[in-house]
Amino acid sequence: MIDDNMNDRSEGVDLLSKELTLNMGPQHPATHGVLRLVLDLDGETVKKITPYVGYLHRGVEKLAENRNYMQILPLTDRLDYISAMSNNIGYCTAVEKTFGIELTERTEYIRTIVGEMSRIANHLLWLATHALDIGAMTVFLYCFRERESILDLFEKLCGARLTTTYTRIGGLKNDASPEWLEQVYKFTDDFPSRVEQYETLIDQNRIWLRRTKGIGYISPEDAINWGLTGPVLRGSGVNYDVRKTQPYGVYDKVKWEVQTAQNGDIYDRYRVRMEEFRQSNSIIRQCIEQIPEGPIISDAHKYVLPPKDRVLNDMESLIHHFVLITKGPLTAPKGEIYVATEVPKGELGFHIVSDGEGRPYRMRVRSPSFVHVSALPKICQGELVADVIANIGSIDIVLGECDR
Amino acid sequence: MEPIEIVARLREKFGSEILQDTQFRDQVFVSVKKDRILDICKFLHDDPDTNMDFLADLCGVDYPDNEFRFEVIYNMYSMQHHHRLIVKGMVPENDIVIDSVESIWSTADWHEREACDMFGIVFAGHPDLRRILMPEDWEGYPLRKDYPLKGRKDWEYKGFEELKDLHSHDKEWNIQA
Repeated sequence: MIDDNMNDRSEGVDLLSKELTLNMGPQHPATHGVLRLVLDLDGETVKKITPYVGYLHRGVEKLAENRNYMQILPLTDRLDYISAMSNNIGYCTAVEKTFGIELTERTEYIRTIVGEMSRIANHLLWLATHALDIGAMTVFLYCFRERESILDLFEKLCGARLTTTYTRIGGLKNDASPEWLEQVYKFTDDFPSRVEQYETLIDQNRIWLRRTKGIGYISPEDAINWGLTGPVLRGSGVNYDVRKTQPYGVYDKVKWEVQTAQNGDIYDRYRVRMEEFRQSNSIIRQCIEQIPEGPIISDAHKYVLPPKDRVLNDMESLIHHFVLITKGPLTAPKGEIYVATEVPKGELGFHIVSDGEGRPYRMRVRSPSFVHVSALPKICQGELVADVIANIGSIDIVLGECDR
Repeated sequence: MEPIEIVARLREKFGSEILQDTQFRDQVFVSVKKDRILDICKFLHDDPDTNMDFLADLCGVDYPDNEFRFEVIYNMYSMQHHHRLIVKGMVPENDIVIDSVESIWSTADWHEREACDMFGIVFAGHPDLRRILMPEDWEGYPLRKDYPLKGRKDWEYKGFEELKDLHSHDKEWNIQA
């Protein structure tokens, strides 16, 4: 008997060295939504991660095939519900490219302003929750203070804080008043000093540095091969930003720089986002300084909803309005197109196949979160289980967008 | 390199494989036969002049009335040269298998799983082809045009059924041709 036991031990059959399978989520505060991970652990080291997604699948792509172009817009709010404004812009840009609509200059400026405000709001929420996940409580409260003022400004602009549905195909729901622009300008006066505040809270913090520096390394080649975009890709030193390479809005008319970092760890992704705060702030300021007067709805009456006062007074506008709402544009060009925009999380692409009907034949949403979750197992491989949380935070995912 | 030049080069190298190319608002789409899709993708990825190192998107489209019912869309982009080319792999309904490009771009892993989940296209050589957005035991392919919008007549929801020990039996749910 004794000999048998000895043999067992020498062969390594020992309860203590058994691998552990641990379930995390889908209801877990640190997974930022309904993401389920199954971790195969050896001690505290992650051997393998298997993500399970789809808990928030609402079939947006299928829904889009059965609605006209106008009706799809509210669905895009609910993809990445933290930066709905950016999604609205992304979708409208794609449809406008398909139809060949030229936007008015004022529309482009306002879209750029709200797009960058949404980037700031998104990064604030990211910083707040990411810091909370790895133990810095105070940052959360400060970030939510500023995010609140952006959401208030959104509410003043379009009546909604999160699901904004502000843009329209070929224009905007309503114009931005001079008072509103002034309030935004006032916000940008203060904001850079607030960013410095966040940095004083965590940039020198020993715990923060130990939990982020050198962890979750992604090499530039891997980042491209894994399809990562946005701050995650730029954190690895790849200079790629859709706003520069395939400009839309007025990004080619204002001065700004793509922010990159070199080390590709969690800390560098954090640095990239902090610098993007400053860049976005400066873009908003320049836009408000340059913004011209003019109409906010472009003059393509076959595709674009006419202004409401014209609908109530002019027969032809009423007819266009009726047809666009009930059937969608009747003379949509046939063809297909892929249009990408840079949303806060990365590259949001809409692939629209139009067969000339009032609704898209196929609408594909290329969402950054989906790709980022797919890279999570590779990033976390061989790291400690505690760093899984930090890694999830650093790739900035929203499951509404991942599952669509 | 202009996308149209890349198409010319593709024609040179894979002449009989290329079916047609179309252009819409400065974007170039090239339809290819599915048999050598892996070679075509590898060429576009490895050739220093094209250098398509970034697979922006991979998705399926369903055209029930066409000769090739399904299209697999490979949306490639070069980080170095900043050009984009969209390749379409044509897949007929009776032979619904196409080679996986996961070995070239690992981002294709989940995109292919999604296309399989939504259209039933089987990607040969994929390491772990399972449903991704729909539950593992779901029947039917939701994004096909003949999939009913509002429930199926002869189908009834049986209620939630626990799939026991899902994780350790992942491989059982793999989809094969």
